[in-house]
Amino acid sequence: MKIVVLPKQTFDTEAKITLDAAGKINREGVNLIMNPYDEFAVEEALRLKEKHGGEVTVVSFGGPKVPDILRQALAMGADKAVHVGDEGLEEIDEHTTATILAKLLRDLEYDLILAGWRAIDDGSAQVAGRVAEILGLPMVNMVIKLDIAEGKAVASREIEGGYEVVEVPLPAVITAQKGLNEPRYPTMKGIMQAKKKPMQKLTIADLGLGGEEVAPKVRARRYYLPSPRSQGKIITGEPAEAAAELVRLLREEAKVV
Amino acid sequence: MPYQLTDEQIMMRDTVRRLAQNEFAPRAVEIDRQHRFPRENIQRMAELGLMGIPIPEEWGGAGCDFLSYIIAVEEISRACASTGVILAVHTSLACFALLQFGTQEQKERYLRRLASGEWLGAYALTEANAGSDPANLSTTARLEGDYYIVNGSKLFITSAGEADLYVTFVRTSPGSRHKGISCLLVERDTPGFTVGKIEEKMGLHGDPTGELIFDNARVPRANLLGAEGEGFKIAMSLLDGGRIGIGAQALGIAQAAFDVALDYAKKRVQFGRPIAEFQAIQFMLADMATRIDAARLLVYRAARLKDMGLPHSKEASMAKLFATDTAMQVTTDAVQILGGYGYCKEYPVERYMRDAKVTQIYEGTNQIQRLVIARHLLK
Ligand SMILES: Cc1cc2nc3c(=O)[nH]c(=O)nc-3n(C[C@H](O)[C@H](O)[C@H](O)COP(=O)(O)OP(=O)(O)OC[C@H]3O[C@@H](n4cnc5c(N)ncnc54)[C@H](O)[C@@H]3O)c2cc1C
Ligand SMILES: Cc1cc2nc3c(=O)[nH]c(=O)nc-3n(C[C@H](O)[C@H](O)[C@H](O)COP(=O)(O)OP(=O)(O)OC[C@H]3O[C@@H](n4cnc5c(N)ncnc54)[C@H](O)[C@@H]3O)c2cc1C
Repeated sequence: MKIVVLPKQTFDTEAKITLDAAGKINREGVNLIMNPYDEFAVEEALRLKEKHGGEVTVVSFGGPKVPDILRQALAMGADKAVHVGDEGLEEIDEHTTATILAKLLRDLEYDLILAGWRAIDDGSAQVAGRVAEILGLPMVNMVIKLDIAEGKAVASREIEGGYEVVEVPLPAVITAQKGLNEPRYPTMKGIMQAKKKPMQKLTIADLGLGGEEVAPKVRARRYYLPSPRSQGKIITGEPAEAAAELVRLLREEAKVV
Repeated sequence: MPYQLTDEQIMMRDTVRRLAQNEFAPRAVEIDRQHRFPRENIQRMAELGLMGIPIPEEWGGAGCDFLSYIIAVEEISRACASTGVILAVHTSLACFALLQFGTQEQKERYLRRLASGEWLGAYALTEANAGSDPANLSTTARLEGDYYIVNGSKLFITSAGEADLYVTFVRTSPGSRHKGISCLLVERDTPGFTVGKIEEKMGLHGDPTGELIFDNARVPRANLLGAEGEGFKIAMSLLDGGRIGIGAQALGIAQAAFDVALDYAKKRVQFGRPIAEFQAIQFMLADMATRIDAARLLVYRAARLKDMGLPHSKEASMAKLFATDTAMQVTTDAVQILGGYGYCKEYPVERYMRDAKVTQIYEGTNQIQRLVIARHLLK
């Protein structure tokens, strides 16, 4: 079975978000990691390969540090990697990313495409769905259990108040939700072997893309940080008076009672 | 940057850091309080190939360089110093004993099991009357047919009772100090070999440090490592690598203490301000960070020299001396910065301080490190 996984590089979960002078999200000195939901996807691909045999290819679109997460996936056990660089693209959106990934996927053989259901940074949860749409593939979102048999995928997902079990023919796009599995750490041997595995670097031009095709359809107009939480207010005085004052403030200032 | 790490070293460090912070750090508190051997940590390290990081793949190791191993000891000790020393003794003293001095057959029998983590290794040099002066050791081994008959006892042995193989130094010819010392590979279930008292220590509570008793223990002649009379040379040569490992352990402890102190100083408000705004605290933090950086450079340099096959005995001693003194200073300052809270078990810094102390003592006290360094200077 041939599986392609689409991991994205995101900020570390502990990264402190700041804005630069131009009001854009500051990427300087921020630790980058593989999006945690994508780690579930990589892990699931490796488990399926261990069970059914086959090959796992990891594909990612993004900046010069993206090979770090691809190497991590290779060290975990994936077989090969493709990095499509973002050179020359000033602004991107989910349409850009999905267009590029789908174009590349047309040249790859696959029975299954796995991705995280959302990235922890922009959280738009669109890319995998758009890829499925462009390629005309069935898609199951936020999967917590996955079985493959006889050319079909049987996927469980959590729905309000219970679970839903969905069956789709392969090839299909499946996105991972927390709970699907517990991702492994790469072993030391895996890390040493990763550098010997193929990692292809492509540009958008190599895919025959450019210009309007990959121009974003959505533009972020402004980013702003949440205002810092203001200090709590301590009401002094006799308990009875203080309680009365508290009620007054809750009603008149906070307007919650 | 003088020590630019490779992509593999960075991935290895990040992987070990995640493992140690996610799994070992939360367990470290309980291991310290219950004086419990961290068997599950050893198991996890074996699964990930961390029990033989610098051992070639042909012997079941990961085939990484020594620096990678050193970085792993640092990251693991940052989470749990007991696990750190168990790994350090196992790798630099037991695995390397076989790798550097073992015959093909001894490597087949033992190195593969050690490097894969199936077996845990220990190193038994110290005795009651032979600490800083190991040439004074008096455990004897007398050859009888195909067996050495061993009598005597060893003291303060890391992983005592938990390890499967003990690289043990014994006297094979009486009265000749270091020239009469040989090295034997002693299996845990050797007849006549038992584990005696486990010490109650100030820190490193996860590492059982104890006595080994040899009462007419029968060790096969085939388990002699190197030639008779070469034991002292083997012991000292292994300690050169071992000391870099202890430097890395100290570095990890110091880093952990610094991280807590820095975070605390930014949050703790006294006199209406975070205490990090007081210059007295800032200067302490600045000194701590500077020493840790300097220690890291010394430790990584020694590891690099070893990787390049260059002499590193003096540099290993310098790294061990400076990094372990740094750990003691930094952990003491961290307790100070946390004030009364630092003295209590609610925060981890009192444990770091207790764990740091022994790094100045074992694998050669810091006085002995100075002797080694001076000997090189005056050569
Ligand atoms: C937790 C722990 C784990 C250990 N693990 C192991 C192990 O796995 N294997 C093993 O073989 N040993 C182990 N040891 C033993 C350790 O290596 C010794 O404790 C150490 O070498 C010091 O020996 P000693 O305790 O006999 O002190 P001593 O040698 O009696 O030293 C006492 C003091 O005198 C100083 N001193 C001694 N000689 C000189 C000198 N010539 N000049 C100046 N000062 C001097 C020392 O620096 C020290 O301050 C361990 C010890 C501990 C505490
Ligand atoms: C075992 C024990 C017994 C105790 N017994 C008693 C007792 O019987 N009765 C009692 O009242 N208290 C007692 N205490 C409390 C003790 O007096 C306080 O812990 C101590 O005064 C420090 O206060 P703190 O712990 O809040 O640290 P903090 O005041 O938060 O200090 C943290 C760090 O910041 C530094 N710092 C603070 N302000 C400044 C500044 N302006 N400039 C530079 N540095 C600064 C401190 O020196 C320290 O290093 C006890 C504490 C312990 C641990």
